[in-house]
Amino acid sequence: MALLVIAEHDGAGIKQATLCTVAAAAKIGGEIHVLVAGHNAAGAAQAATRIAGVSKVLHADAPQLGEFLAENVAALIVGLAKSYSHVLAPATSNGKDVMPRAAALLDSQQISEIVSVESPDTFVRPIYAGNALATVQSSDAIKVITVRTTGFDAVSAEGGSAVIESVVAPADSGLSTFVGREVSKSERPELTSARIVVSGGRGMGSGEAFKLLEPLADKLGAAMGASRAAVDAGYVPNDWQVGQTGKIVAPDLYIAIGISGAIQHLAGMKDSKVIVAINKDEEAPIFQVADYGLVGDLFQLVPQVVEELNK
Amino acid sequence: MKALVSIKRVVDYNVKVRVKSDGTGVETANVKMSMNPFDEIAVEEALRLREAGTVTEVVAVSCGPLACQETLRTALALGADRAILVQTDEELQPLAVSKLLKAVADKEAPQIFIVGKQAIDDDSNQTGQMLAALTGWSQATFASKLKIADGKAEVTREVDGGLATIRISLPAIITTDLRLNEPRYVTLPNIMKAKKKPLDTLTPEALGVDVKPRLKTLKVVEPSKRKAGAKVADAAALVDKLRNEAKVI
Ligand SMILES: Cc1cc2nc3c(=O)[nH]c(=O)nc-3n(C[C@H](O)[C@H](O)[C@H](O)COP(=O)(O)OP(=O)(O)OC[C@H]3O[C@@H](n4cnc5c(N)ncnc54)[C@H](O)[C@@H]3O)c2cc1C
Ligand SMILES: Nc1ncnc2c1ncn2[C@@H]1O[C@H](COP(=O)(O)O)[C@@H](O)[C@H]1O
Repeated sequence: MALLVIAEHDGAGIKQATLCTVAAAAKIGGEIHVLVAGHNAAGAAQAATRIAGVSKVLHADAPQLGEFLAENVAALIVGLAKSYSHVLAPATSNGKDVMPRAAALLDSQQISEIVSVESPDTFVRPIYAGNALATVQSSDAIKVITVRTTGFDAVSAEGGSAVIESVVAPADSGLSTFVGREVSKSERPELTSARIVVSGGRGMGSGEAFKLLEPLADKLGAAMGASRAAVDAGYVPNDWQVGQTGKIVAPDLYIAIGISGAIQHLAGMKDSKVIVAINKDEEAPIFQVADYGLVGDLFQLVPQVVEELNK
Repeated sequence: MKALVSIKRVVDYNVKVRVKSDGTGVETANVKMSMNPFDEIAVEEALRLREAGTVTEVVAVSCGPLACQETLRTALALGADRAILVQTDEELQPLAVSKLLKAVADKEAPQIFIVGKQAIDDDSNQTGQMLAALTGWSQATFASKLKIADGKAEVTREVDGGLATIRISLPAIITTDLRLNEPRYVTLPNIMKAKKKPLDTLTPEALGVDVKPRLKTLKVVEPSKRKAGAKVADAAALVDKLRNEAKVI
């Protein structure tokens, strides 16, 4: 049987999250097909043909797929799924929105956010904010899976030579219409795939204070993140939230500034290779996971770190 | 219109859970249990819709063992009008829960069903979307703003790139994100009042739902612990370590 990977894309290209999901599919084994659902997304479909290990790209192009509305995309997936043993998507906000809807229509119990593949029916997934790892075995005919991208090294975006097959999208469900989007624009790397992340917490004290972190992020070519408290306080946009119920990151270097280290925050960053914490409270729990801790006032220390980096 | 809200009883978010030494699960005996935080947000949103005159009745539904009654009483004390427990001692997975909630929705015919985005124990993030699939209703997940007007719901959703707004037909399933509202606290007089509010009990059998788990948990282990590193003296020492020891910059 073959496996179907639902691509995360921006119309023109394929997102890194898709490459990690293909890697998970490859661990399961079998022929890998990728579904590119969207409107005017021929560029993404072309890019998908070059992903290493992919043999076929299903391309569904229709206006009603343009904004990835769950009702329409789930109906498309359900129509295709019967030819597959596994359907996988990255655990992005799109994947989390659409996949359970498709799973229920297939009468399949989705396996959320797997971090490892033990066998074609057995997977490991974190529970309780990552404080436990459960190994679960599925008895469903079609396994519907979301993939935590930090658990799998991306396959190469180049080297493949898949064929493209057009597939017809089901009609618009008529249940949902897209109104608009408020995109938090940034020139920085994407939070979930950045090599370095600089995050601020409630200790920043204001949105204005986050400007202090910009020279640091600029110098390191880092993405910027935040704790829930900083987002709730309105210092920074919602999509900066790292944690159990935000984004999961595992960069080479994570710098937590003015963040105490609640388990819900640790859940989103504790698999980072190197963790640095800057906090004025030497007892802050973040220091229990930090490789390098700097105790003191962030308003003094952050500019000093930038100065040292410039030397 | 009627609003339904689903309530899961979970280990309190402040509890540091311990994996059982026999690897069968986490220790839940004698730990503090609470309403799933995202469900507190769901209850709050339903109450605000009632206070605004959009909703006339708020019904809280929980599936699980008898002890869930306690959590439902909290929902009633917060202000829900009545509660329904679908009682079972079977381990419930999201697909089964969504089937039970669908059966309750069939009976109650709400216009809006507010579900938490994620249970903080299983971290599945599935039930609302599955319920939407089974009812055939529209869905708006990860809501941070909800407006109901002219038979439609306009929902702002927290998504990876920022915020996205959609307009969906009713009846609808909404799942709550953290910024939707700030839940109120339970007051003592309301706890007393809640004791008199109706709490009905149903069973999966009576609803005709097979809740048998589809996923078998083979083992549960503790993740490998990170070792705490060292404190460094100053910014210069930190940058030196990052350059020459960790070699990450
Ligand atoms: C259902 C639920 C889901 C959640 N999901 C998430 C999630 O996904 N992500 C997340 O992050 N949290 C999440 N939380 C919240 C979490 O429990 C914590 O409340 C939150 O992480 C705290 O953020 P913080 O560390 O920025 O704030 P605080 O805990 O208030 O810590 C601020 C820190 O800043 C330090 N500080 C203050 N001033 C200075 C200064 N001048 N210099 C240096 N240090 C300073 C203080 O010493 C303190 O350690 C969730 C909670 C719940 C209930
Ligand atoms: N046993 C349950 N009883 C009632 N509601 C539930 C139950 N399990 C899950 N839910 C609802 O579904 C949401 C998401 O849960 P989950 O899909 O398990 O992450 C929760 O916030 C609840 O609103």
